[in-house]
Amino acid sequence: MVSKTIEGKVWRFGDNVDTDQIIPAERLVSTNLDHLNDFIFEKVRPGFGQQVQKGDVLVAGRNFGCGSSREHAPLSLMEAGFSCVVAESFARIFYRNSMNIGLLLVECKTDIMEGDRIRICTADGKVTDITSGKQWTFEKYPPFIEELIDAGGLINLVKEGKF
Amino acid sequence: MGKTIAEKILSAKSGTDAHAGQIVIANVDYVMVNDVTGPIAFREYAKLSIDKMYKDRMVLIPDHYVPNKDVASAVQAKEMRDFAHVHGIKNYYEVGKGGVCHQLMVEEGFAAPGRLIVGADSHTCTYGGVNAMSTGIGSTEAAVAFATGKLWFKVPETIKVELTGKFKPNVGGKDLIIRIITDIGVDGANYMAFEFHGPGVANVTVSDRLTIANMAIEAGGKAGIFPCDARTVDYIKGTVRGTYVPVDADPDAQYCCVLKYDLGKIEPMVAFPHLPSNGHPVRETDVRIDQAYLGSCTNGRIEDMRAAAKIVKGRKVADGVRFLVVPATQKVYRQMLDEGLLQVFLDCGAFISGPTCGACLGGYMGILAKGERAVSSTNRNFIGRMGDKDSEVYLAGPETVAASAIAGKIVTPDELEEF
Repeated sequence: MVSKTIEGKVWRFGDNVDTDQIIPAERLVSTNLDHLNDFIFEKVRPGFGQQVQKGDVLVAGRNFGCGSSREHAPLSLMEAGFSCVVAESFARIFYRNSMNIGLLLVECKTDIMEGDRIRICTADGKVTDITSGKQWTFEKYPPFIEELIDAGGLINLVKEGKF
Repeated sequence: MGKTIAEKILSAKSGTDAHAGQIVIANVDYVMVNDVTGPIAFREYAKLSIDKMYKDRMVLIPDHYVPNKDVASAVQAKEMRDFAHVHGIKNYYEVGKGGVCHQLMVEEGFAAPGRLIVGADSHTCTYGGVNAMSTGIGSTEAAVAFATGKLWFKVPETIKVELTGKFKPNVGGKDLIIRIITDIGVDGANYMAFEFHGPGVANVTVSDRLTIANMAIEAGGKAGIFPCDARTVDYIKGTVRGTYVPVDADPDAQYCCVLKYDLGKIEPMVAFPHLPSNGHPVRETDVRIDQAYLGSCTNGRIEDMRAAAKIVKGRKVADGVRFLVVPATQKVYRQMLDEGLLQVFLDCGAFISGPTCGACLGGYMGILAKGERAVSSTNRNFIGRMGDKDSEVYLAGPETVAASAIAGKIVTPDELEEF
């Protein structure tokens, strides 16, 4: 897999962050598709979409993205500028959706705090809290998922004739 | 090594010897999208620049924001209608001819034993109730399935659920699945499938099986699959499309764990905010409500309507409570008319609407204000799910919802006798 190194500021969330929190259902209309980032976490963290800077990283606990199959959830996070989501575990449809559209997910349990700077390196499978110096390791992706990440998502993979 | 139902179906559809943990590319029998997830899929399909389209496998069902809630949802619904028209998709279900997608998928005979069905809606796992391997996917992959007829799947590990006994009166599939999710947690089955076995299965109606399978996702599950038996065959007879091949697990199939439930010991359950795993026996609770909602892909079937009607017949909805009754499909609506159930609900003071997902996801047709509480036969009670972020949703079965509408607080039908 082509190695990726990401560095950014951390926004910290807890366990079981559901898709209704990420983007409420009432925003899921096609006329909102070009500005989904306006609505991220609007019920639980009003104004959040405006605070995120390009390249920031969302860090969470268990079962991130549980609930709906709405692709608007990972799309809104990407549009807000998030480069990666690091969580102890992901709900499966959110995992598929993210990988299929090219949002990098890293499954790794960490105790990184909000505001810290984080580095994720896919080559050596390390997550580093630059602020505290702590480091964690995550598992290699299965070969198919590596191809998917390298292609930048499922549409590209199909266009490249690899599906 | 023996195989689970999920492993067998994914083996057959991928032409490989599939075992848990592998990633396979498999042919899907049907791919369904709704009015919320469809528009993204249509855009992604266009990006593929592939002329091929597996039209006969595509099912387009507007249900979330139809009848159109507002101009934006009207635009969205029109996108689906136009896409169906331009591409000549036969399986498009206009308002008045359809309803909530998952019940429609069963009624229209798409869901059947042994099939592999995907849908851009998380509750696509419902069809496990009729022995299908079905699971929720996203819009981009729906687009890929439109163009290629196939998708990638991680073959799931399976949790075996052994059922014995039979439900007591006014207890059903909803109570069992809330019990299971409460026991294992909202990620207790993440990436896994459930398989239901044991002598108790024969005592569970197909309607209840669909309810149980529907909420597999609320424990993170990829699927919740029942075996095919006489009840299944009878339920789909006359409506199923084409032929089907039932799939059962091998006797030596490998399961990651086994859960055992005596159906006779399941109590009416209610899941408190804000997770489906916050289950409590209804009898141990004391919660006043502002709204009671009966409907959805979880409990909007004719069997749910009958069970609720029996309880509210001759009674009145409590002062200060709105009781909303939403049949899942036009067919359920018509059956309610034919069986006199509309009369029963009207007489008790319920509001009855045509089929829509509307209120279940906080869309419209029953939104909660700050501080309001609803008992609901739906499947999710996340923060702000049915309205304001400071409103609350309590999940329960149709009998409990009906009894609660009358009592003004969450009660079982047995407790209602005391009023």
